[in-house]
Amino acid sequence: MTGEARAEARSLAEPMIALERVSRSFDGGKTFAVREVTLRIPGGAFVAIVGGSGSGKTTLLKMINRLIDVDQGAVSVAGRAVESVPAHELRRRTGYVFQEVGLFPHLSIGENIAVTPRLLGWPAAQISARVAELIELVGLPHSYLERRPAELSGGQRQRVGVARALAARPAIMLMDEPFGALDPVTRDALGTEYRRLHQNMNLCTVMVTHDVMEAVLLADRIIVMRQGAVVADDTPHALLCDHPDAGVRALMDMPWRQAERVRALVESRANNG
Amino acid sequence: MDDRVAAAARLLPDYLGQHVALSAAALGLGLVISVPLVLAARRNARLRWAALALSSVIQTVPSLALLALFYPLLLALSAAAERTFGHGFSALGFLPSLLALTLYSMLPIVRNGTAALMNLDPAVIEAARGVGMTDRQRLVRVELPLAAPVLMAGVRTSAVWVIGTATLATPVGQTSLGNYIFSGLQVENWISVLFGCGAAVGLALVTDQLLGLVETGLAKRSHAAAWLGAGLLLAGVAVALVPVATAGKATYVVGAKSFSEQYILGELMADKVRKQGSSATLRAGLGSAVAFRALASNEIDAYVDYSGTIWANVMGRTGTPSRQVLLDEMDQWLRRERGVVLLGALGFENAYALVMRRAHAQALGIRSIADLARQAPRLRIGGDFEFFARPEWRAIRDRYDLQFRDRRQFCWKTWSR
Repeated sequence: MTGEARAEARSLAEPMIALERVSRSFDGGKTFAVREVTLRIPGGAFVAIVGGSGSGKTTLLKMINRLIDVDQGAVSVAGRAVESVPAHELRRRTGYVFQEVGLFPHLSIGENIAVTPRLLGWPAAQISARVAELIELVGLPHSYLERRPAELSGGQRQRVGVARALAARPAIMLMDEPFGALDPVTRDALGTEYRRLHQNMNLCTVMVTHDVMEAVLLADRIIVMRQGAVVADDTPHALLCDHPDAGVRALMDMPWRQAERVRALVESRANNG
Repeated sequence: MDDRVAAAARLLPDYLGQHVALSAAALGLGLVISVPLVLAARRNARLRWAALALSSVIQTVPSLALLALFYPLLLALSAAAERTFGHGFSALGFLPSLLALTLYSMLPIVRNGTAALMNLDPAVIEAARGVGMTDRQRLVRVELPLAAPVLMAGVRTSAVWVIGTATLATPVGQTSLGNYIFSGLQVENWISVLFGCGAAVGLALVTDQLLGLVETGLAKRSHAAAWLGAGLLLAGVAVALVPVATAGKATYVVGAKSFSEQYILGELMADKVRKQGSSATLRAGLGSAVAFRALASNEIDAYVDYSGTIWANVMGRTGTPSRQVLLDEMDQWLRRERGVVLLGALGFENAYALVMRRAHAQALGIRSIADLARQAPRLRIGGDFEFFARPEWRAIRDRYDLQFRDRRQFCWKTWSR
């Protein structure tokens, strides 16, 4: 067996992220945000979770770094139960990016990026080298390191948010509507750039989004949620072609219809011209 | 320079020093209590409610009353301590003032502190959890730095309140810039009143500006400005405290109540002691009941009181025996019951009397108190703060059934003009 094959076999046997019949209720068991979901996500995967609001996708995501704890079921990361280490240690090893970004307004951009390495006690020289590397990686000039978050545009802030999440070289990136608040052009640019980073760093990315087009264009695998349960889990290609569930079909029709409309528009222009 | 200005200026180091010592101690103690309270209330809605409600209620108690209430409270505590541990503590002056002002200082700090910590951007809190901070790291590295400017604004408000209210510490026996105001009011020395006001306002303004520098420093993350403000503030406190710290403790403390005759008599006694080569200080402006308790509990060494006041208010006696009988009985009682020695009568009669304008009295045909009682429902009576609460007044009122149309109370000095 080659080394590659061995790694392949291990990743199949031992997924990077495993959720085993996890449930969570916020009203003492009357209704469930997430109900008996089982998922296995291998290392290197780019998974998008889509679904309407209240479908449980954010709750599911936050169970992975224990921003939300499960009521029932088990979550493990890299083969170890998430409860086996203190929550803050788990989070330092897991990148987390969310729509509101949440940069610390009293710290400079450089200090924001350096937060997790500092919590981990990295030596100062190593931290500043890592910060310099990251600011380039997310496409911002070095001069920005001294600025305050308030001086940046929304897109620039989310670039810093991604850099902060990547700082301590996590294996997993959890992203909750990361580009949802950005204008379409910036959103597209950031999405594409992030996909490249994901590839280069061999990350395991789980991204919650309400934008099916974004999910289709970035992810290798799409999970559709409804009322706390997974109703579809497949490659974008498979989901786009056909699915037995009407709701999933309606959802996945959207990228098609948008593409159709754009093409029709372009063709009518060409004909008239 | 005007003599009165010069006289006031000579007292400034002592008054200002004591005022600063009191205000700084109260604000410091207020911070030491309020900040942990704010932190504890951060996660506990019930405690938060209780802290805010309590500090708001304290704020609604008139500040002079708050100061006055601590005196009997501490007196009782001191008596209890004396019984339990064998020695009590001074219930007069610094301690009641400190406690009242500390309570008074808490509201702005607690209110601003909780508001600042409760209204932090939830996204920033989520990010702090997301990057892997422990609760403590989140508090120290994110929440406190972000809340600091608002908390500091509360400290500023609190400092200004405390400095202003500390002028009211004079009646409970704590020297402050209020001494200028209270004594000036009694003897109509408006220069003294203005001097006291000016000094208190100046002190409050300077303190506010320096705390403002700290606040700006915190808000703009300029450590230099914050440290400069804090440093100047501490230096100012240290300089103001020099005269207080270096002043030797006087051998004798003479007390005086808060009207002009008492200021003069007290000053005369203190002078007499000084001329005999001992040191003496005057604690003027004491409330009438406060003065006797202060003497009985050994906080002042001597003061002038009035036989009627001791007889009726302290001894709780009624009836009006002859002068000599009264003095003898009083002497024995004071010695026996309170361990107080009556040094002797000063030799002047100082009794309350009912007076009317002659023309008015003649027009109404009033020649006796019995005549007055008939006309009383159409007349207004005036008296000093104390008079209507005294047994003499109650006795004469009940005896003659005096029912006046209206009753007004005046400050002794204004009333006697």
